[in-house]
Amino acid sequence: MSNLTFKGGVHPHDGKELSKDSPIVELKPIGDMVYPLSQHIGAPATPVVAKGDYVLEGQLIAAAGGFVSANIHSSVSGTVKAIEPRLVATGGMVNSIVIENDGEYKTVDYSANTKPLDELTDDDIRNVIKDAGVVGMGGAGFPTNVKLTPKNIDAIEYIIVNGAECEPYLTSDYRRMIEEPERVVGGLKIVLKLFKNAVGYIAIEDNKPDAIKKISELVKDEERISVKPVKTKYPQGGERTLIYATTKREINSKMLPADAGCIVHNIDTIVSIYNAVIEGWPLTKRIVTVTGALVNNPGNFYVYLGMNYRQLIEAAGGLKKDAVKFISGGPMMGFAMSSLDVPVTKGSASLLVLEEDYVAKVEPSACIRCGRCVEVCPERIIPSKLAALAQRGDKEGFMGLNGMECVECGSCSYICPAKRHLTQNIKAMRRNIMASMRK
Amino acid sequence: MSDLLNVSVSPHIRAKDTTSGIMRDVLIALAPASIFGIYNFGYKALIIILVAVATCVAAEGIYEYFMHKKITVGDLSAAVTGLLIALNVPHTLPIGMVIIASIFAIIVVKQLFGGIGQNFMNPALAARCFLLISFTGPMTSFTYDAVTGATPLAVLKDGGSVDVLDMFIGQTAGTIGETSTLCILLGALYLVARKIISLRIPLAYIITFVVFIIIFGGNGFDAEYIAAHLCGGGLMLGAFFMATDYVTSPITPKGKIVFGILLGILTGIFRLFGGSAEGVSYAIIFGNLLVPLIEKFTVPRAFGIKKAKKEDK
Repeated sequence: MSNLTFKGGVHPHDGKELSKDSPIVELKPIGDMVYPLSQHIGAPATPVVAKGDYVLEGQLIAAAGGFVSANIHSSVSGTVKAIEPRLVATGGMVNSIVIENDGEYKTVDYSANTKPLDELTDDDIRNVIKDAGVVGMGGAGFPTNVKLTPKNIDAIEYIIVNGAECEPYLTSDYRRMIEEPERVVGGLKIVLKLFKNAVGYIAIEDNKPDAIKKISELVKDEERISVKPVKTKYPQGGERTLIYATTKREINSKMLPADAGCIVHNIDTIVSIYNAVIEGWPLTKRIVTVTGALVNNPGNFYVYLGMNYRQLIEAAGGLKKDAVKFISGGPMMGFAMSSLDVPVTKGSASLLVLEEDYVAKVEPSACIRCGRCVEVCPERIIPSKLAALAQRGDKEGFMGLNGMECVECGSCSYICPAKRHLTQNIKAMRRNIMASMRK
Repeated sequence: MSDLLNVSVSPHIRAKDTTSGIMRDVLIALAPASIFGIYNFGYKALIIILVAVATCVAAEGIYEYFMHKKITVGDLSAAVTGLLIALNVPHTLPIGMVIIASIFAIIVVKQLFGGIGQNFMNPALAARCFLLISFTGPMTSFTYDAVTGATPLAVLKDGGSVDVLDMFIGQTAGTIGETSTLCILLGALYLVARKIISLRIPLAYIITFVVFIIIFGGNGFDAEYIAAHLCGGGLMLGAFFMATDYVTSPITPKGKIVFGILLGILTGIFRLFGGSAEGVSYAIIFGNLLVPLIEKFTVPRAFGIKKAKKEDK
């Protein structure tokens, strides 16, 4: 048992046993591929192909639309069919490039992109990562090259690889660490090359002892890298909680991890860095866990970005009976999808199928002030009061009680015995305040 | 579109615990004290328990029905209030008074302020104080083994000596549920094990109270005197079951400790310097009134927010 942790948090049923022992299987896509131009935080990418163009697998199809933005590459070879708004997992319509897959997977010459690591300057490395369209793949989608270019490079003391995977049901990071640990360590070594004053931590929840063992074995001779087992508790893998657990440094909503000398990368992101720098591959694939009690064969799939979610269900052997809810991501922070006809994007870690809609089933009742939300809140704010202030529309009161510090982890809603929609109310208020701040 | 799926904002799962589950656990935790009360005082205690619970549940249901509110008796909070009222009165109290007190607790203290979660005072304790003021005689005459006599606390106050072991087991005069420290502690253990209550309030309360009577009790550090004060009266029942009432105690971790300390001091003052031997009920309902204030000054430091920041505001 590890004692590296944070104060608060919850222990939901983890459901990882459904898919954790299924090796990663590559899934060839069928049908049209859809590439939304916004798969990251920041400006949408700008298409560099037109309708009717023939593209190769790995070819740039949309270029970063600003400093905080990211390139997008085709994951298949085929013909550009349309550039039009398409539905995405989060529920909105996003301008997307649609490519008709010719099924031949003719690739660009990846080796042309690579040079031995020793010959690359720091700026070269950042450019390779930028060109490969690498973004944070834990869901937020922050462009990785921007994250790797903090104001003061020498002030970065910790590069933390987030292998906590604290969301229930998700096993993609776990499989990655078990099956390709050398890519995880290799990616971290590349990042450490950029930050001379930093040490690398690979943080893994202690419910994954084999991953801890495997990676510890790999890094035993690495002076600058160590494995940090962290306590199994949600939201251990949250950026702020993970930084605190491993370094005891605290950051708030107005700070970036870099302000505390830290940079945190998701497992798939660090592997994408390795793939880009060493193998010359742009980011066109990722691992997606398809799971849930209703799925016939839950598993982990190596998926081509842009393919349809519906195909993931088929690949996992279909469903035992009709499901009512499909979640992109984990059950605590994932998005409920209104339709399965949406593409897999850079931030899609999983497809979770729920047999019942717990949220619709239970009716909220009055707050009994049991204080459980206060006990579990990793940000140590008072969710019950903030939710009440949010319902009343009291912006000042909300901000006065540090409502903007909420990380929307969902622990308060999860634990509430009165089944109140605490996170949801707080989230709505935060959106409201952020929108009025931007004006 | 026919294939639209269910959509909601995350999180998509919920813990199993519910309000009624918590209340059920409180009822289970009160079972040892209730059963001992019936054993100790006979069938009259059983009748009072049944009448109080039934009246509370009925009062809540009827009020909500006529006010066109959602009927919430299923959350068992009214049953808890009823049981606590019964445990807080002597078994000789006329049934009519039990009914009046139950209606007062549910209608005046709880429902008029908005129902569950909204009352600013513990309904059961408010009912007890209401009875003490309205029917002082019946509320303060205790019979044990068919003999009307003083409670151990009253004996203690007059300088007499008491049998601490009898008090711990509960074979003394008192209200139905407060006499057996042993049974109350068993229930409290269950609540702590089930994580229904934290020990912050009861421990802060009891420790402060002990320190208070050591300093002001006039007997210094006299283990028997202290034990008699701890086992006597409603202290244990109050500390574990009334002061920890969610609705009327602070929600903040530090606030719980401040609240416990406050109750310890108030109980000490009432018991040592007050007119009557007992002061737990008054201490707790007085403390209840200060909860909003306590919460205001014990807002936890948010993660990553430094103290200094507060000062430059």
